Amino acid sequence: MKVGVPKEVRRGERRVAATPETVARLIKLGFEVVVEKDAGAGASFRDSDYVGQGASIASSVKQIWQETDLVLKVQPPEHNPDLNEHEADLLREGGKLISFIFPAKNQELVERLAKRKATVLAIDQVPRITRAQKMDALSSMANIAGYRAVIEAASFYGRFFTGQMTAAGKVPPAKVMVIGAGVAGLSAIGAARGLGAIVRAFDTRAEVREQVQSMGAEFLTVSLSEDGSGSGGYAKEMSKEFIAAEMALFALQAAEVDIIITTALVPGKPAPVLITEDMVKAMRQGSVIVDMAAESGGNCSLTQPGQVIVQHGVTVIGYVDLPSRLAPTASQLYGSNLTHLLADMGGAKSFHIDLEDEVVRGAIVLRDGELLWPPPRKEAPKPVERKERGPSTPPPRPKKAEESAGASLAVIAVTLGLLLLAGAFAPAVFVGHLTVFVLACFIGWQVVWNVSPALHTPLMSVTNAVSGIILVGGMLQISGPVASPVTILSAIAVLIATINIAGGFLVTQRMLKMFQR
Amino acid sequence: MTIPASLITVSYLVAGVLFILSLGGLSTQATARRGNGFGIVGMLLAVAITALGHVSSFGLLSGAIAVGAGIGALLASRVAMTGMPELVAVLHSFVGLAAVLVGIASYLGGHASPTPTEELLHQIEIFVGIFVGALTFTGSIIAFFKLRGTLRSKPLLLPGRHALNAGLMAACVVLALRYVGVPIDQGLPSLLIMTGIAGFIGIHIVMAIGGADMPVVVSMLNSYSGWAAAAAGFMLSNDLLIITGALVGSSGAILSYIMCKAMNRSFLSVIFGGFGADEGAKPKKAAGEPEGEVTSITPGETAALLRSAKNVVVVPGYGMAVAHAQYALFEIAELVRKRGARVRFAIHPVAGRLPGHMNVLLAEAKVPYDIVLEMDEINEDFPETDVVLVIGANDIVNPGALDDTSSPIYGMPVLEVWKAKATIVMKRSMASGYAGVENPLFFKEETRMLFGDAKKNVDAILTDLRSEGSSAAA
Repeated sequence: MKVGVPKEVRRGERRVAATPETVARLIKLGFEVVVEKDAGAGASFRDSDYVGQGASIASSVKQIWQETDLVLKVQPPEHNPDLNEHEADLLREGGKLISFIFPAKNQELVERLAKRKATVLAIDQVPRITRAQKMDALSSMANIAGYRAVIEAASFYGRFFTGQMTAAGKVPPAKVMVIGAGVAGLSAIGAARGLGAIVRAFDTRAEVREQVQSMGAEFLTVSLSEDGSGSGGYAKEMSKEFIAAEMALFALQAAEVDIIITTALVPGKPAPVLITEDMVKAMRQGSVIVDMAAESGGNCSLTQPGQVIVQHGVTVIGYVDLPSRLAPTASQLYGSNLTHLLADMGGAKSFHIDLEDEVVRGAIVLRDGELLWPPPRKEAPKPVERKERGPSTPPPRPKKAEESAGASLAVIAVTLGLLLLAGAFAPAVFVGHLTVFVLACFIGWQVVWNVSPALHTPLMSVTNAVSGIILVGGMLQISGPVASPVTILSAIAVLIATINIAGGFLVTQRMLKMFQR
Repeated sequence: MTIPASLITVSYLVAGVLFILSLGGLSTQATARRGNGFGIVGMLLAVAITALGHVSSFGLLSGAIAVGAGIGALLASRVAMTGMPELVAVLHSFVGLAAVLVGIASYLGGHASPTPTEELLHQIEIFVGIFVGALTFTGSIIAFFKLRGTLRSKPLLLPGRHALNAGLMAACVVLALRYVGVPIDQGLPSLLIMTGIAGFIGIHIVMAIGGADMPVVVSMLNSYSGWAAAAAGFMLSNDLLIITGALVGSSGAILSYIMCKAMNRSFLSVIFGGFGADEGAKPKKAAGEPEGEVTSITPGETAALLRSAKNVVVVPGYGMAVAHAQYALFEIAELVRKRGARVRFAIHPVAGRLPGHMNVLLAEAKVPYDIVLEMDEINEDFPETDVVLVIGANDIVNPGALDDTSSPIYGMPVLEVWKAKATIVMKRSMASGYAGVENPLFFKEETRMLFGDAKKNVDAILTDLRSEGSSAAA
């Protein structure tokens, strides 16, 4: 099976879908690899490096698109200015393509590919499940973008990131605020911390607090509580009240911090504007804003996508090609993501499109021109990717049941023996009571093991109240002549048993009222 | 009024099911209150149907019930949550006493049984019921006084106590043989003497148990009170009593088992061990006087440590209950949490004097139950914890339990607080805990001792944290 890697045509795109290292892995998987001449130049890979790993070089673009079975690309196919032809039309009929597609945004492109009877997998649609993490190109690119955002900020910021005490005086450390603690945000936090800055981060999803803190940043919160966890690990849109509280927080922080890095995206919607012009005005002269959401419109109202502007003395960076600015690493990680996907699909020898495979089903857009996207909705489990630590409450352990297994076995044996003995000698009435007794013991044993340890005291007081049932014993004998000892004793028994019942139930109620989340 | 016997039986069945649902409801906090409701409904049903079906002297009955309910309600509304162990103990004693009274009444009532075998069984049932009841009664009374502090919590160990117990048991068996098969007026003295002996055994057993083992004793008495009720059910041929008694009995037995497990000791060794007492003159100290310096700390320094901490665990013990420090402690936790730190409470299974005692106290102070964790849930987190605040706990944080084979509490699982970056122990003095064991934790390098009254110290920390909080806001 022949794999083609064309040179990217997007202006300024320096990444490439395969590096010499990933080419070697592809060949190991049984693929034959053809790389377009100078495809890796932007990412500092020479043609000879590819050849050295076993790839062949094609000088003609058409050769790559027409004569291979599978094309690997970074950017979605677009108009090729050199040939004056659209890349989708270059793909041979029935050809296969894996790249970023963003099918929701690029419906026209999808239709165009469908006409070619193409089979297309969108690497951006790989579901965010644990198994697919090694193929998650969005995460690997976001990671790079977050790092690069800090580097860009540092290059435009005229001061140290780290605080220093020098003989010539004291330099305070830079203060960085990161908005949105997804993969990009966390990566930015790590990079900024690594440079020595004081980092704060904000996210609407309360669940990321721990992750933020584990990266060494302070987690900012608004006084309002609302959790913004949406599906697939993304945030959802928040209520008006929450946004107002959030904006107030940002306004306060803007006056204090030197660098703001924003990464807030809501899937399928324009990026929310979080940094207003007033906030920019409030920032110190020389401050820097890196708007990582520039491509979707930007989190800062002043952002110009793809450009760096200076307004009110603040540099606003709106680069939309941050991963491409770290082309060798970005190409390497992207190429690895593709290799993992191809390995998952069976390599060259048993390459097949298995729609039962959750990853393939998520990523596939077209099969021989048939539209298969979007995949049928599944109940998405909570994303676990990128979590350093599990949830704080481990699932209940079945340990207790195991421990008691041996003991209950012995109990069963003994009671069986006693029951047989009783069955042989005791009167029928007694055996009936005994049956009830033994069964009740078992039920009690089963039920009580489930009681949460935190509730052991209430359990005690409620069983206490319930054992006041001895009252019935008194009641059964209370109806004799008033002065007889039996009646008197019974009346006293009833009285004290009632103390138990009333006291036990009431005090339990009192206690249980206190338990609250 | 006559009610069909089947209706009574079915009602008892429903009441029994309600009691089971009641205990089942306690499995989670969310369903617990409903569970208690089931219990109340079941009890009302049982009382109502028994009254309609079997009772003719309603005046006496309602009088007794009214007085009892009044006293019970008064007790329940008056008791402080720190006083829960005492209340539970005294309620156990009531069940025991009621079982004794019901048993004697049943004996005196003397309904003739159709066959000699049934008559014999009936007498044995009464005998056993009274024995368990009397034991529960006196044992609970002693437990009550020990928990109140009226009696010293130190175990009282009579010489040859095992032989004494065995002798008393033997005497009961002899009395039982003299009592069965004879007319009531001849059997009664034996029965009453046995009651006295059983009462003495109850006193003796509980007197010999030290303070730290109180959770086991209380759950054991809980269990006995259930068995006493079940025995009464046998003698009166009442299935509801049997079911309920068995439920309570097994519940208490499980609790005792859990408590023993938490201390890594067998039930028998708790009941007969006289734990923590000077058995002969064992060279306890010589085995290894902990080495190192004790470093003390002030409330102000503690507050400073808390301010800089990101991950805090609070370990409460009985001392917190005594000092009523749970409210102030929770305020501290809230202040520290507001600063962005993570604060959790770690509960050792035998902390306090009652199973789940600490949970109730923390709940009273409105600590949300999802930050209150069990030992197993939190033990592995200690290495990542910045500050551990141990308040009024000692044996449950003793590292000797893990590494010192000569320690009397060796093998008991403990909260491994010494793995944290800093541990602050609030304590009145350097005195040892209930188990009477030296605690090497106090001598560790990362440990700071905050001596003095727990409540005062907690308040001082709180004041310090608050003052800093307001200046930061200004």
